[in-house]
Amino acid sequence: MSSQLETLGHEERSRSYDPAAPLTPSGNLRRRQLFSRLTEQLATAAAIAAIAVLVIVVYSVIARGAGAISWDFITKSAPVGVAPALVGSAIIVAIGTLIATPIGILIGLFLTEYAGGRTAALVSLTMDVMNGLPAIIIGLFIFTLLVSVKGTFGLGQSAYAAGVALSIIMLPLIARGTQGVLRLIPKGQSEAADALGVARWRTVLSVILPSALGGILTVTILSVARAAGETAPVLLVSSIGPIDHVSLNPFEAIANSPTRIYTLSEEANPAGFTEAWGLSLLLISFILFASLGARALLARSKGKRSS
Amino acid sequence: MSSAATPAVTPVARRRRSWRKRGDRFGDLTMYALCAGAAVLGAVVIVAIAYEVVQGAQPAIDKYGLGFLTSTEWKPTPQFSVFGAGSLIYGTLLSSFFALLIGAPVAISIGVYLSLLAPRAVRGVVSPLVEMLAAIPSVILGFWGILVLAPFVKSTVEPALHSVLGFIPLFGSPETTGSSVFTASLILTIMIVPIISSVSRDLFSSVPREMQDGASALGATRWEVIRGVVLPTTASGVLAASLLGLGRALGEAIAVAQVIGAGSEIHIDLFKTGDTLAARIANQFPGALTELHIASLYYCGVILLVIGIASNLIAAWIGRRFSYAGGSLR
Repeated sequence: MSSQLETLGHEERSRSYDPAAPLTPSGNLRRRQLFSRLTEQLATAAAIAAIAVLVIVVYSVIARGAGAISWDFITKSAPVGVAPALVGSAIIVAIGTLIATPIGILIGLFLTEYAGGRTAALVSLTMDVMNGLPAIIIGLFIFTLLVSVKGTFGLGQSAYAAGVALSIIMLPLIARGTQGVLRLIPKGQSEAADALGVARWRTVLSVILPSALGGILTVTILSVARAAGETAPVLLVSSIGPIDHVSLNPFEAIANSPTRIYTLSEEANPAGFTEAWGLSLLLISFILFASLGARALLARSKGKRSS
Repeated sequence: MSSAATPAVTPVARRRRSWRKRGDRFGDLTMYALCAGAAVLGAVVIVAIAYEVVQGAQPAIDKYGLGFLTSTEWKPTPQFSVFGAGSLIYGTLLSSFFALLIGAPVAISIGVYLSLLAPRAVRGVVSPLVEMLAAIPSVILGFWGILVLAPFVKSTVEPALHSVLGFIPLFGSPETTGSSVFTASLILTIMIVPIISSVSRDLFSSVPREMQDGASALGATRWEVIRGVVLPTTASGVLAASLLGLGRALGEAIAVAQVIGAGSEIHIDLFKTGDTLAARIANQFPGALTELHIASLYYCGVILLVIGIASNLIAAWIGRRFSYAGGSLR
């Protein structure tokens, strides 16, 4: 870069001085500015491309799935509708959330309130590794632990096994998210509580957690949205659920939306494809609305804090 | 920790306070134990995952040892029952690296755009939209890949690439279905771009404004500021982000299983079918019959687990070891 600047000065000096000349760059500077503009445009193009892909995917799902959706599609069982898959998804995600949320919040608290630098780094690393584990491995693990008849608690495929698998997906998201939220809380609040002689656990329960509630809710909704679409961990532990009636028993295999879409996509059956598009549309709208809602909630709680 | 100083008080008040103190001590201890227990539980789960998966793979590990990694024969039918993950490892690496090759530059450019170029209002819209891309479930992306992307790749992209770059063996003659390593790479690209771009956006915004202004004051153009100041200060973080993206691509099972075509041979040609470790597990585990077949799939899981943990640890190490500009990863 510095060499370029030197050559610039050299060129300017070699040209004869013309006071009437317009102040537009020429020569080397002009080339550098053009190149700079080109790279800026490439970066913009990359962003546009990413959004274009999003629009194309969402548009395909809407265009092909909208026709399939009707009241019967949502409320009836096979062959007309997909109610068992929707209810099943709701059940396993609920089980996952019930397990992951309290543990995740506790880990978040541990990271911000209790752990020292070294321990916190270690626990954060554990959460990151857990988050980076291939989802299919979690499926294998839960299969060995809770499904396989040779396993420790093997009962065959079940909704609760699927819920536990999803909770492993959600746990690091909630823990790290909670940590992020807790970090944003002004230190002054808990310091004031300390100065008043309030015990730590009371501070946590009555000062820290209440002011972090909105953020934690956002984090939970985001991880629910993520878990609702996960297929790999569920595929091995709850893939043979009944689709002809709504099942509510958590100790039996249960139908669920992602696995159903996967199964249908592997069969070359046009009617099945239509059903899968419809189900995809339902799933993707739930996920997109949940993430948008969570973001709105976050923006609102942030706005409240700053005002 | 809270009540260190004790002023003079009446005996009754003192007794009441001592009860309260005892309660608080119990409460503090419980709270700490719960939090620490939850943190330990996280570590226990990871260890348990590693243990169970290795345990499941034991028969295959005993039978094949490390030769499993290089052998390319995978014949699950009971009369053959021969397993080797060579072609799967090849497919995994090929598809993921190709995805990273396309995805990383695009994602870093998006990061540059969002942190340095876009006006604030545009940023507020584009940034969540790019992250929305990561929210699309892989199964829907894969399904879209089968029915929308694959036909398009087959009819348009493959012939075009073949006619222009056909002299490179990677781009052979177009295939009939569109299910190929190439299509899988494109799907993986879509999945990793939002991950890398959101991390690099945060990294780029953390580069001190003064350094950029200094370079501008010396006459550097915007590109020269990015090339000379922003990228070098964040290089390690960007590398770590790319590794995270790579780890995600290597471990993706569902979307890849849907579009890669489940081929068992090694092809240099990207347009032919292939298979990856994760996709093979998703494809064959539900229908696996023999014990050796199941154990071999677990063995694939072990390889994935090692790759997954390694890429995360290396990413974390790079992120911490070389980070400048407060480069926290998440």
